[in-house]
Amino acid sequence: MNFLNNLDRRWIFLAMALCVGVPILVIGLTGYTFPETPTPLAEAFFDEVDVAGEAKGRRANVLLAFDFDPASAGELNPMAVSLVHQCAQKGHRMYFISLWPVGPQMIMDAVNKVIKVHYPEMVYGEDYVNLGFKAGNEQVIKVMGVDLTTEFRTDVEGTTLSQIPMMSGITNLEDFDLIAEISAGYPGSKEWVLYASTQFNIPLVSGMTGVQAPQLYPYFPNQLKGLLGAIKGAAEYEYLVNQWVRLDKLTGILEQAGLPPGEAGPLAAEFAASPDQVSTWTVSAAASTLSPEAKAALIEAATEPIPGEYLEGQRRMGPQLFAHLLMVFLIILGNVIFFAQRRRGGGS
Amino acid sequence: MNSVSEPMTPRQRATWAVILGVSIILIVVRCFIGQGMGKVYVEPTDLYFGEASPSTWTTMDEAQFDRFRADNPDARTEQWTEYRTVPPKAYFAQEQAGGGSIILSWPRTIGLWIGAFFTLAIYSFLYRDNPFYKFAESVVVGVSAAYWMVVGFWDTIVPNLIQRLLPGFAQEYLTPGMALPSSEVQFTNLIYLIPLVLGVMLICRLVPKGGWLSLWPLAFIVGTMAGLRLVGYTEGDLLSQVRITISSLYVPGGDDSSTFMMIWTTIWSSLASVLLVLGVLCCLAYFFFSVEHKGAVGGAARVGIWYLMITFGAAFGFTVMGRIALLAARFEFLFDDWLWLIDPTNQRRLADALPILGL
Repeated sequence: MNFLNNLDRRWIFLAMALCVGVPILVIGLTGYTFPETPTPLAEAFFDEVDVAGEAKGRRANVLLAFDFDPASAGELNPMAVSLVHQCAQKGHRMYFISLWPVGPQMIMDAVNKVIKVHYPEMVYGEDYVNLGFKAGNEQVIKVMGVDLTTEFRTDVEGTTLSQIPMMSGITNLEDFDLIAEISAGYPGSKEWVLYASTQFNIPLVSGMTGVQAPQLYPYFPNQLKGLLGAIKGAAEYEYLVNQWVRLDKLTGILEQAGLPPGEAGPLAAEFAASPDQVSTWTVSAAASTLSPEAKAALIEAATEPIPGEYLEGQRRMGPQLFAHLLMVFLIILGNVIFFAQRRRGGGS
Repeated sequence: MNSVSEPMTPRQRATWAVILGVSIILIVVRCFIGQGMGKVYVEPTDLYFGEASPSTWTTMDEAQFDRFRADNPDARTEQWTEYRTVPPKAYFAQEQAGGGSIILSWPRTIGLWIGAFFTLAIYSFLYRDNPFYKFAESVVVGVSAAYWMVVGFWDTIVPNLIQRLLPGFAQEYLTPGMALPSSEVQFTNLIYLIPLVLGVMLICRLVPKGGWLSLWPLAFIVGTMAGLRLVGYTEGDLLSQVRITISSLYVPGGDDSSTFMMIWTTIWSSLASVLLVLGVLCCLAYFFFSVEHKGAVGGAARVGIWYLMITFGAAFGFTVMGRIALLAARFEFLFDDWLWLIDPTNQRRLADALPILGL
């Protein structure tokens, strides 16, 4: 017991390094990730992005505020990438801004990973725009609620907003169908809740660091329509988006091949759930109307592996599991030592 | 092992030397195994721009650029080479195909190695304080300060002050993409002289005898923030949260797939509502010191403590999760980007790159 009581804390650091490092190596080499079960919070986030703009019957204008920097990118980048992924697949217009100085680089990182690689048909200025960083914290939000052009006169490249096609008709926060925010602290989720969601009644969803999450839970589901807390929330949302994107692609292929929407949707859901069925179905009589190209596209969409950049959050849940097991073990061990010492009369 | 605050013993020095030596040997060996490690490749692309109309720049290819210059000899033009980072697999495929335009980027490769060095230097503090950590810490502080100064100038002073007071000067020398205000609008907005004066007064804090001048802008900042937050917090935190808390204790369940599920979800939803109201009242009782915490009030206060402890526990758990995620991200950087031990985003698999080059 004395040995444990006097154990150098650096052995614990080493154990933590192994608990995090070894799973990363194993997951990186095998490609295996742990399954995720989305919670209602992540589902609410996903649904809110999914239905944005539907009430007004138009292509949604989504304001994406990336209020974080590289120091918290490990926790927040997966949810930022998945958010852009969902918006791009859904065809929303994306307006990127940041209240953090290094935010524009985080925006460019997500744009380069998702839009430039997987959605090259999207045009800057028509489908997405980067309005960059604006100093002023919550005052920027407050002013944007009245007149957006007062704060943002140019985009991140210095182009005047009047010359950017998708800025036409955008004057203040109320012209957006949804605000989606990724936050690492101040200014962040709290300020968007207080000065945008509450005051202008605009739907707001937010992803945030673990440190912030407990403070923001009380705002859900009234002032905050969806909430992603830390890497766990990111992994759940990532899973939802990946599943939906595959389903959406399969539905699109089936509809383009001539199947009615009422038939294509359930069939796509079936294929997304069990991709092995696609090969069997394409040689059956039911698929006789499909062209060989459509069949090949269907098989590819159902079985192609999910790109690694869309699995970042899920990959990081492996190290989380083992690190948490170590933490639980250490807490129990610490308590055992404490009570053992007290029993012997050595503890305070 | 001794405490980290004690000076290094000869044994610890030897440990450090062995760790460093073995690490350097392993890295050198890794550099020559397989495809190597820690290299960044780029593809140069020439970009051409012409000012088709005042403040409107058009991107064009080389042929269009030559025609534009011939047709508009007085128009302003710009051209430069952009070095776009490409995955290593594209370079490997190019080499297999017999050459191409993709090249090794020495500045970005050195940057990657510096990133790896600083990551290890910062984590070395976990063993004990050391010169590598001190150096990394000082560099981070210095670079952060310099970065903030540059950002402050270009993202605050230029757009919020110079562009408003001297738009012509700003467009000519600082932000050429900026459109000048239309002739009907006042060209120079003199109201921005006020923040300029307040800003200068704030800097007077650095002048020994003029420090008192900085109190005026400070008072302005504090007053503005207090007013802004008073409204925001009253509306968003106080009134909204009170309204949400005053809700029905009976909440009908949302799952109507079966009678059992309806009853089950109703019980859980109602229980959550009861616990919410109970928690709020008990926590308020704990912080209410005008009445002695005895009897019913004391019992409520003790329940309030339990609620607070559960909240702190949840906060601690979330914080641990966040910190582990950050550690995992740095490990991924070391294993993937630097050491090339893993390849989760398929950056180096040659087979995936061949179709890119049409092979």
